[in-house]
Amino acid sequence: MELSDTDRALIAAVQEGLPLVPQPYAEVAAALGTSEPDVLARMARLQEQGLIKRLGVVVRHRALGYRANAMVVWDVPDDAVEDTGKRLAAEPCVTLCYQRPRRLPDWPYNLFCMIHGLTRESVLQRLQTLVETQGLQGVRHEVLFSIRAFKQCGARYATTRKQEDYRGVAHG
Amino acid sequence: MDDVDRALVNALQDGLPVARRPFDAVADRLGIGVDELLARLQRLLDRRMLSRFGPMYNAERMGGCVSLCAMGVDAERLDAVAELVNAHPEVAHNYEREHALNLWFVLATETPERHAQVLAEIERESGCRVHDMPREQEYFIGLRLAV
Repeated sequence: MELSDTDRALIAAVQEGLPLVPQPYAEVAAALGTSEPDVLARMARLQEQGLIKRLGVVVRHRALGYRANAMVVWDVPDDAVEDTGKRLAAEPCVTLCYQRPRRLPDWPYNLFCMIHGLTRESVLQRLQTLVETQGLQGVRHEVLFSIRAFKQCGARYATTRKQEDYRGVAHG
Repeated sequence: MDDVDRALVNALQDGLPVARRPFDAVADRLGIGVDELLARLQRLLDRRMLSRFGPMYNAERMGGCVSLCAMGVDAERLDAVAELVNAHPEVAHNYEREHALNLWFVLATETPERHAQVLAEIERESGCRVHDMPREQEYFIGLRLAV
């Protein structure tokens, strides 16, 4: 995807966050030496092209008291993985859900979801309810609780030679 | 954090429109003014309950490469290996988890070539195999707070 210099400057200007004012794009435009409509048009195009997924926030689960963090991984038959992924993502307790490749023989699981909770017990209870309500009793799965966080920053992602950080890419 | 904060967090996770005044609609829905919404958002950011408010990028569409990586590391070497993994700036989250594969991190690079390079460096430095699992499909989400 080819980005113009102005697009790159725009991405760099908003990557640490939008100004918290009623008209944030007017402020961004002033900093870039362009107009508010120009910035809005560029933002809309970046979103249409899928470079920006959405404008929003990432919740810091631990800071909100959600200290129990389980990655639940499932070995779902390939022809059922999309349907199962969508059903898991629709469950309120599931905060992320990704399909990933198996790495046999060490790793047979192809569907990953995160369940956060205040305690391990509450996470396991939610998982049990989820298994029952979604009819997943026959699907092999494992629960990997996190023990320690060694690093927790927004993924840094640079597309320019200047090695600018593109914050806001999270969770692989 | 009160009910308005929780409703605000839920709304922001869904995303705001690209518009001249992007906060107005959510403020209306929550029955508060835009100034109050911004003050609440600022407070949640200051208390580090939320990451910054802004665009969520699609790394792959930007030409980059993101994957979840897993390693099985002997318990007595885990801290040292975690440290050498963390030393790579392309590593974002890095967690110890309960499993034979006990070290899980997210690797985000500018290019696929750089991705392969960092993986090879980590394998060489640690002497451990890295299982690299890029996302094939995302089924989205967010943390729903009870209001």
